[in-house]
Amino acid sequence: MTNGRTSPTHQDAERALVAPGTGNGLADVFRSRFLLKLLVRKELRIRYRGSVLGLLWTYVKPGVQFVAFYIALGVFLGLEQSPTNRGGLPNYAVYLFSGIILVNFFTESLSTATRSIVNNSGLINKIYLPRELFPVSSVWVSAVHFLPQMFVLIVACLFSGWRPGLLEAYTAVAGFLIIALLATGLGLLFGAVNVYFRDSENFVDLLLMVATWISPVLYSWRMVQDKAGEFWFSVYQLNPITIAVESFHHAFWLPTTSGAEGSPPDLITLWIPVGLLVSLAILFLGQWTFRRLEGRFAQEL
Amino acid sequence: MTAAIEIRNINKQFVLRHTRSLKEALVWLLRGRKGDLSKKFHALRDLSIDVEHGETVALLGLNGSGKSTLLKHISGVMLPDSGTVRTGGRVAGLIEVGAGFHPDLSGRDNVYLNGAILGMTEAQIKEKFDSIVEFAEIGEFIDTEVKFYSSGMYLRLAFSVAVHTDPDVFLVDEILAVGDEPFQRKCLAKIKELAAAGKTLIVVSHDLDLVAHVCERGVLLEHGSVVMDGPVGDVISRLRNR
Ligand SMILES: Nc1ncnc2c1ncn2[C@@H]1O[C@H](COP(=O)(O)OP(=O)(O)O)[C@@H](O)[C@H]1O
Ligand SMILES: [Mg+2]
Repeated sequence: MTNGRTSPTHQDAERALVAPGTGNGLADVFRSRFLLKLLVRKELRIRYRGSVLGLLWTYVKPGVQFVAFYIALGVFLGLEQSPTNRGGLPNYAVYLFSGIILVNFFTESLSTATRSIVNNSGLINKIYLPRELFPVSSVWVSAVHFLPQMFVLIVACLFSGWRPGLLEAYTAVAGFLIIALLATGLGLLFGAVNVYFRDSENFVDLLLMVATWISPVLYSWRMVQDKAGEFWFSVYQLNPITIAVESFHHAFWLPTTSGAEGSPPDLITLWIPVGLLVSLAILFLGQWTFRRLEGRFAQEL
Repeated sequence: MTAAIEIRNINKQFVLRHTRSLKEALVWLLRGRKGDLSKKFHALRDLSIDVEHGETVALLGLNGSGKSTLLKHISGVMLPDSGTVRTGGRVAGLIEVGAGFHPDLSGRDNVYLNGAILGMTEAQIKEKFDSIVEFAEIGEFIDTEVKFYSSGMYLRLAFSVAVHTDPDVFLVDEILAVGDEPFQRKCLAKIKELAAAGKTLIVVSHDLDLVAHVCERGVLLEHGSVVMDGPVGDVISRLRNR
């Protein structure tokens, strides 16, 4: 029945009995870096397969969106400062673009991460692997798409006289991190719930639809402060996306202006740490929910 | 000998839900949970089994008796409702060849992706790459997109990646019937080679002659319980005589 081979003792240690299918969550994703890299590369290759423009779509989409918003809001609604319109924002184009690309990074990350578990059901119900890989790789792919937009922004800023300092570099990185952590956390949460209730996708779509409007992407934070008052403005500021967008404005847009507009009070000392903490808390909540639900992914899919 | 698989009194019930919509679930809750939103199905029933390293086990039973479900519990894809599953060493499931393959990627990319999915490291894949391609008899097509492969080529490459993952415990579910006749013989030879090298095999197949050829021990499942466990020949004759 069994052959007579005896295993050397070091092998016995490796073969200690453990319960299969119980991983360590995001720590396992880090351990499977190579697989993560391959999943990201696969997604990048196949996303735009069969399309003539290919990866150029990642420029075209935000480009068109930017132009439409710029004309409608900057010109028609008078948000851009001009000799005839003193009340507007200086360098509105840079203001708008820096916010749009960051929110687009969030939108793409979250909507693909939410669908990632269901879309990979073929793998998940056949082979055990850290399932967190799928939402994480979705965010990673979006970050790769975000990169060329970032490049365009930096070029545009340099042309507008942007000379960043250390503080600007810090707020830029912080803004990006806040969004990446938040999208990963919410992606884990909604990706897992989506296995049980496909309503999750629609809810996320709704959330993303308002994401651009409830943070100061198109308008200035001062307008909110003026209309809402101190208390409600603080509530408004609790949204990590708001803080991330303001951080990006501080990094890219503010240095290209006279600085008269300013950033919200305490952005760097208070709100950026708050944004990072809120995003981290949501990441933990997402991971916790994901781990509670993932045991039954294979049978539900 | 050391234990490769230790399963103690596991139960698994599947909930056959009738809805994936939040609205219907809410309506059901509000109406005081009247009617059946879901039905339960007992797929594994108080099942216990031990397998030692180096054993070759044929898992037998009619369709729906829970063979695939049991393998999924061993690989960790599913978790039991109660009872414990423990495994020693690396377990790899050949549950379905090519589950991780993507038609728009080249054969080469698929080898890397699938190898990593099955738990190989980058260095291991690099080291075994030539051997994988050679075993699959893919030759110069390795850089062609997999969607242009014939189904035989596709299965050969997928199987080849899977057998090169070199785990301690192999779970094989209905995949020995891949490709054409000569390749089937080659797969069989490879499986026997693994058995001879002291690997643990758990094989599910409808081909009883093949199973009798590869395995020494037979386990018969019926409605999610083990009803017979013994030499493979005895178990097969019981299955044939019912
Ligand atoms: N994810 C699932 N959800 C609901 N029922 C399932 C699921 N997977 C398997 N079953 C049911 O469990 C039973 C056992 O299935 P399976 O293990 O695939 O049988 P076998 O491999 O022996 O043919 C079948 O009746 C099947 O319909
Ligand atoms: Mg089956």
